[in-house]
Amino acid sequence: MADHPERDEITGRYTTGHEWDGIKELNTPLPKWWVWVFYVCIAWSVVYSVVYPSWPAMAGFFGGVAGWNARSDLAADLDAAREARSEWLTQIAAKDVSEVLEDDTLRRYAMRGGEVLFKENCAPCHQTGGAGARGYPTLADDEWLWGGTPDAILTTIRYGIRDQDNDETRFSEMTAFGEWELLTPEQIEAVASFVFALSNGEAPEEGEGYDIFVQQCSACHSAVPGTADGEGNQMLGGPPLNNRIFLYGGTQEDIASQVFKPTHGVMPPWENRLSDEEIKQLAVYVHSLGGGE
Amino acid sequence: MSLIKQHKFLETNVFLLILGIFITVAVGGLVEIVPLFSIGSTIENVRGVRPYTPLELAGRDIYVREGCYNCHSQMIRPFRDEIERYGHYSLAAESKFDHPFQWGSKRTGPDLARVGGKYSNEWHVRHLIDPRSVVPESIMPGYAHLAARPLDYDTIAAHMKTLDVVGRGEMYTPVDGAIENAVADLEAQATPDADTSALVARYSDFAYGDDRAEDEATTMALGDLDGNPDVITEMDAMVAYLQVLGTMVDFTAVDDTRKAEWIR
Repeated sequence: MADHPERDEITGRYTTGHEWDGIKELNTPLPKWWVWVFYVCIAWSVVYSVVYPSWPAMAGFFGGVAGWNARSDLAADLDAAREARSEWLTQIAAKDVSEVLEDDTLRRYAMRGGEVLFKENCAPCHQTGGAGARGYPTLADDEWLWGGTPDAILTTIRYGIRDQDNDETRFSEMTAFGEWELLTPEQIEAVASFVFALSNGEAPEEGEGYDIFVQQCSACHSAVPGTADGEGNQMLGGPPLNNRIFLYGGTQEDIASQVFKPTHGVMPPWENRLSDEEIKQLAVYVHSLGGGE
Repeated sequence: MSLIKQHKFLETNVFLLILGIFITVAVGGLVEIVPLFSIGSTIENVRGVRPYTPLELAGRDIYVREGCYNCHSQMIRPFRDEIERYGHYSLAAESKFDHPFQWGSKRTGPDLARVGGKYSNEWHVRHLIDPRSVVPESIMPGYAHLAARPLDYDTIAAHMKTLDVVGRGEMYTPVDGAIENAVADLEAQATPDADTSALVARYSDFAYGDDRAEDEATTMALGDLDGNPDVITEMDAMVAYLQVLGTMVDFTAVDDTRKAEWIR
């Protein structure tokens, strides 16, 4: 290896000193700016590893002299967001839903927040705008299984319906008249026919179906037990049967199948998933959808 | 003459070149491997986290088999937008019984790390059979076949044993009787009105350890999950798995001192 590399006569540049069968390689060093960027990056990595969390240790890791980490960064972010909203959220927290509804500023704030929360959490079942689907009650009408007052809606959202693990959850269970052989198939047919007529406003005031309804169904499905008004009972979660709103279908076959072996819907409780203020905003939004009481 | 100019000597001596390569690779390897020797001391032990029950584990296998991870991640990152949508950020400990983990970064669909308890069992069944029947704008394919296929769980005990070996005996060995009673546990969880006390006690004991309160029980989906009580289907297992995701740690019970521990 030559101490002084040879200069190529034609280009005037130095060679690397390598030679293959008389062919010599020109020395083309990396551009100076590139080399310097490389050195700066190395220096930067050293500084970074001192300032930020970097080196693993036998137990834990070196946390960096700046004390930064993703979790405390997040906590600061969340605090800032809470601070920005606190003007309204503290008021919402301190008030009942019905009071929020009366305060125009708060109501509008809750409506916007509730709308966003509804899209993420409620719309998968209750559909956009509370349009409902088979098995998932419509929230945009004025029929409520468990009550449509602001507080009733709040309770339903907070504790859910028929949740396996929540002690406060709303619960009702309709008797499986067919499966448990409390009614014969003929009797089920008769009462289903009566309910179908009731839902069309054509209920007879006597007959087998009428008698069975008064005896077996009116406790939960009539406002006055022992009559066949079919107004429903929100305390017990018994839906009204005197209109065409049905959760599991309104044909006579659907009704008969529900009498034979009822399907029961389940709604998850939200008290552990959403904050109290968020649940109140949702209640305001749901109350506004069409038929809040 | 500087040392760097001596590389010709190294490059033209095969033995020295092999030695040099070996030393270089060894340094790179050690930097990655040595920290793992102390991994036992870096894993967080979080109250409530437990291995999957046999039914949930079978559901998890179906989740992997169907490639759900191609569109769904299971990791809520510590950012405000994620937390406001999905809930508390995921802890490393919540994935400690996942093999392989399902973190991912591909979100064609939403993150599923805390989907457990968000919807009813019936919703999951309907959604898996025909996603657009409940979410009109969804582009998820239907998985109706899950409801039609009986779950094959003959090998579930062996599967758990294997995972335990892979987990260096820290997965199902500490859950008293988990492997011996795997089939019974699986059937109990998926059968309506079955006696699930042994199953729940087994996994609760592990989840809450020595300071488990009398009435404290780990959450799991119980009973007929797919609307068909006559047979245990793959849908039952899938729903059991989806319903436990992200529910093991009770974040409402976490006081500020415990949070400070996480925020080092």
